[in-house]
Amino acid sequence: MLGNFLGGLGIFETSPEMLALFVGFGLVVGVLFGFFGMGGSFLVTPALLMLDYPASVAVGSGMAFVFGTAVIATLKHHDLGQVDYKLGVIMITGTTIGIEAGRASVYYLESMGLAGGVISVAYVVLLGGVGAMVTRDALKGDDDGGVDHEAADKDLDEYEIPDVAKKIQRTVRIPPMVTLRGDVTVSVWVITAVAFSTGVLSGFLGVGGGFIRMPAMIYAIGVPVPVAVGTDLFEIVFSGGLGSYLYGQDGGVSLGIVAPLLFGSALGARVGSAATAIVDSDEIKVYFGGMLLVGALAVGIGEVGSYIGSSTLELLGLVLTIGAAVVVAFAVLYTTISSLRVTRQQQTSAAD
Amino acid sequence: MAGLEIPSWDPETVLLIGTILLEAFVLYVGYGGLERLVGPYLMRLLVGGDASAR
Repeated sequence: MLGNFLGGLGIFETSPEMLALFVGFGLVVGVLFGFFGMGGSFLVTPALLMLDYPASVAVGSGMAFVFGTAVIATLKHHDLGQVDYKLGVIMITGTTIGIEAGRASVYYLESMGLAGGVISVAYVVLLGGVGAMVTRDALKGDDDGGVDHEAADKDLDEYEIPDVAKKIQRTVRIPPMVTLRGDVTVSVWVITAVAFSTGVLSGFLGVGGGFIRMPAMIYAIGVPVPVAVGTDLFEIVFSGGLGSYLYGQDGGVSLGIVAPLLFGSALGARVGSAATAIVDSDEIKVYFGGMLLVGALAVGIGEVGSYIGSSTLELLGLVLTIGAAVVVAFAVLYTTISSLRVTRQQQTSAAD
Repeated sequence: MAGLEIPSWDPETVLLIGTILLEAFVLYVGYGGLERLVGPYLMRLLVGGDASAR
């Protein structure tokens, strides 16, 4: 009975080697997601594309993986009181329409035989752009490239609203207006516009959209960073769930891919989250930016390999994508253990 | 672009997404328990001290 059920959902279609690869890759993605609060999920879809899965399966399974990861992360942020449910519910409406528009465009492009290429190009531009931004900020010493770990200890009303968000709040006064956590008052239409545009990206690329939506919530809406992170995850539970459902109806979600990825990422996310209490993310943010840039290069190389029929280039692209993620995940773990050992030695010396 | 699609009821897909949701809950609870059980031992193994070394 259980065998028939799991077999029907595609769990037995994946070979043991691929299951092990997915668990390992999930572990790496989980460490990155838990530590940086973003950036893990959008490695999954290009990796699946490079493994020759159809675009709809790569995007659909990527989105189902994001959904499962978001459920786990939201449970944790709910316990910390960092979820604004009012903001989340408003954003869900805009994102839902955006996801459906993005998803419909994937099938339209697939019917024209262009989906794989266009999605890969979009990834190169997006990964490259975000990677360049994070690397530049890390080198400058700014803290815009992910979760600010030190900020997690501040009260919500201690956060300063960015100038651009203040300007938007003053300029766009179209009713109805809502007051959010952190004493932020903003037009519902601003929230809806942010939600729709990031929803299109989610549906098109099969990503949670957090790496775009989180900065958008901070800079366009003006909510405090922890609320942006918690609410974003809450929203991804719904948008990712709906997106997965729509892809799943058309056979785009494979449990043989999603289940092992989630199995690994849930453990990795715990390790990554624990590491945030020990290591300052600025120390290794530059690696993270570098990883995104290598990811962009890898997708580009894989796509050129696919275009000219070179399996060597396709393999190189895959190795680069997974290799970059593995290197940064190990950098996080190594730095964490080193920091713990230094702290332990200092405590021992102080005790002596 | 194709028109917007209204999700229709599909028991098989509901089962698929429900399985992923269930797996997420089981992993959250399961790994949480595992962390409490083997966490201190792992800390001693990796750092040479207990979790309070943080």
